[in-house]
Amino acid sequence: MPVFYGTEVTSRLMLGTAQYPSPAVLADAFRRSGAGIATVSVRREAGGGGEGQHFWSLIEQLGVALLPNTAGCHSVREAVTTAQMARELFDTNWIKLEVIGHADTLQPDPFGLVEAARILTEDGFNVFPYCTEDLVLCDRLLDAGCQVLMPWGAPIGTGLGLNNIYGLRSLRAHVPDVPLVIDAGLGLPSQAAHAMELGFDAVLLNTAVAKAGDPAAMAEAFAGAVTAGALAFQADPMPPRDMAAPSTPILGKAFLA
Amino acid sequence: MNITLNGETREVAGPTLADLLEQTGQRGAKVATAVNEVFVPARQRAETRLNPGDRVEVVAPRQGG
Repeated sequence: MPVFYGTEVTSRLMLGTAQYPSPAVLADAFRRSGAGIATVSVRREAGGGGEGQHFWSLIEQLGVALLPNTAGCHSVREAVTTAQMARELFDTNWIKLEVIGHADTLQPDPFGLVEAARILTEDGFNVFPYCTEDLVLCDRLLDAGCQVLMPWGAPIGTGLGLNNIYGLRSLRAHVPDVPLVIDAGLGLPSQAAHAMELGFDAVLLNTAVAKAGDPAAMAEAFAGAVTAGALAFQADPMPPRDMAAPSTPILGKAFLA
Repeated sequence: MNITLNGETREVAGPTLADLLEQTGQRGAKVATAVNEVFVPARQRAETRLNPGDRVEVVAPRQGG
């Protein structure tokens, strides 16, 4: 299993906690999938709300590692302060760092992302940056202190899968020893399996499970796909070829000339 | 004094951030705070004085992807 900041994870599947139809379905999805890490966020709470405490109780019962995010942050300052508030609330140095640069694609602002990663690393955080497959960006994030990278497959919530397979393959080859998590854009288990077959270490998804008709079943399906893809990668797959080659030996065939 | 709390203008007595949470009924709640975009740890709320026009954020754990 991959190791993130010195901790060996229990599953290659990481799940978000947003947009489920109910807390019961959320818990069921985690239980049936065996996902070992849950992403969470921090949001404004009015006095007398109590929703935060309620969610906190729910999350504690899942019994998984927590990865708070800086979702929706558009500036370095927003992301850094949000991360610090999350660290106090969730009692973890882990942070999924999002610094968003564009409203339609929710793609990362690479410049803000690197700066925030550097600031947070110096402040003792273990940064999991939500990034792209851009090799230069990834190099800068590693220089800034990140020991895990989380490139997108496709824009958040689109379910389009792996948009730039060439780019993702390049990244995997470029940093062979860095844990890489495909984060965002997955819609189907086959896409998660493909990510694992490319040699990625884990996948993180939310919408694909939460917005499925049966989220718990879909979570279980993703878990199966991730296991299959990882095992396939370790099993050293056959190389594809253009021309056919018979699997059954010719020798001994009846009516052989 | 008037401050902005979670994006809305409000009259608060203060004088500290801890007093503000007392006023909103959140003194012992599972929340985190920031003033003027700077994180204020829980243990520093009692000594963080608020000024008119300050922007205060009070956040709690939530679902996220």
